[in-house]
Amino acid sequence: MALSREQMAQRVAQELQDGYYVNLGIGIPTLVANYIPDDMAVMLQSENGLLGMGEFPSEETLDADMINAGKQTVTAVEGASIFSSADSFAMIRGGHVDLTVLGAFEVDVNGNIASWMIPNKLVKGMGGAMDLVAGADNIIVTMTHASKSGESKLLSQCSLPLTGKGCIKKILTDLAWLEIHDGAFILKERAPGVSIEEIQQKTEGTLIIPERVPEMLVG
Amino acid sequence: MAGFNKVVRSYEDALKGLEDGMTVLAGGFGLCGIPENLIAEIQRKGTRGLTVVSNNCGVDGFGLGLLLEKKQIKKMVSSYVGENALFEQQLLSGELEVELTPQGTLAEKMRAGGAGIPAFFTATGVGTPVAEGKEIRVFNGKEYLMETAIKGDFAIVKGWKADKYGNVMYRHTAQNFNPLAATAGVVTVVEVEELVEVGELEPSQIHTPGIYVDRVIQGTFEKRIEQKTIKSSEV
Repeated sequence: MALSREQMAQRVAQELQDGYYVNLGIGIPTLVANYIPDDMAVMLQSENGLLGMGEFPSEETLDADMINAGKQTVTAVEGASIFSSADSFAMIRGGHVDLTVLGAFEVDVNGNIASWMIPNKLVKGMGGAMDLVAGADNIIVTMTHASKSGESKLLSQCSLPLTGKGCIKKILTDLAWLEIHDGAFILKERAPGVSIEEIQQKTEGTLIIPERVPEMLVG
Repeated sequence: MAGFNKVVRSYEDALKGLEDGMTVLAGGFGLCGIPENLIAEIQRKGTRGLTVVSNNCGVDGFGLGLLLEKKQIKKMVSSYVGENALFEQQLLSGELEVELTPQGTLAEKMRAGGAGIPAFFTATGVGTPVAEGKEIRVFNGKEYLMETAIKGDFAIVKGWKADKYGNVMYRHTAQNFNPLAATAGVVTVVEVEELVEVGELEPSQIHTPGIYVDRVIQGTFEKRIEQKTIKSSEV
């Protein structure tokens, strides 16, 4: 069975470490916040200028001056800090954020990522995505393995305009956990009950299948 | 003697000198921390042909969306736009030009503009459409592209508290691009919720020192929320 969005978030959360500063993109990455282990301290960075993002507010604590990068109203945790957009991206570009999780349309075997623009559709902008992929060392891309019509999103070469060049090393799809090395996708783990054949068939770029490909542990 | 007193009493005075064809830097992220009364005054004033530098372009009927209604904007420099129908319409009809700029690059362009740094190199955008026509240099084996600074004829800024000398503090995440825009305007106008006496703000807590600020005005704010999200109550 392909992973649900919640299971994808769960698997990504297994990559968190105590003391990590983490930036979570919009969509599935946001759900990762729900699976931070209780015995772990993780601080969430929101690129509009908040380090230490908390849960959504109550009606009583709702504040128009407290939002996240998705423009949702949020709260700040104890120990949070708030700063300008330039400081926020200094953290990101300067490599101070330990882990960045974001979505994509396509990733290729050279670690290129396309996530912001589909030609001939209205382009709304890249927001902070280009800065995030260029600045972070440790990035996990979360996306479905193939489009609804079955087209692979793991390619030998991205077909859409890029968000960043050569910056992706780890991908979690609904079918597999993969890493990129030397111009190929390495299949590290598969979703429970998903066959290697299915992953192979839905991966357009070069796929290296190690002798042993364990199933992921998700609830 | 006016000395360091930057206070102006009317929005008309706050934007005196703003003319057609000028470049305006605006603080704010989404609708959070936008100089909403200064924007409304630009609409009332009817200044046209503006280049507006702002992370976003408001929504229909609020924020910078107001300036789209009267077709006052010629060009937007933003990282994320299109939260309103008018924007899309004017973009598709060619009435409006847009220069999409990565968010961190946009912030740094304003910071550099205010700090007297004409250009800088960043890895952001290398290998993407953003790099087209820009100089690439290699530092320590990695490619970077050159981005140039932005300055504005006017900067319009939303603060929380300011004193009469133009020292400004921002509230929570309403800070965002505001302190950067404040540094990069030839004329920087700050509107605040509360105007206090000189000496009331703790010097070490000031985000924007008055040296960057030319005019301060106290306003009242709607502070519209773009996406109200509330935690689901525990059962």
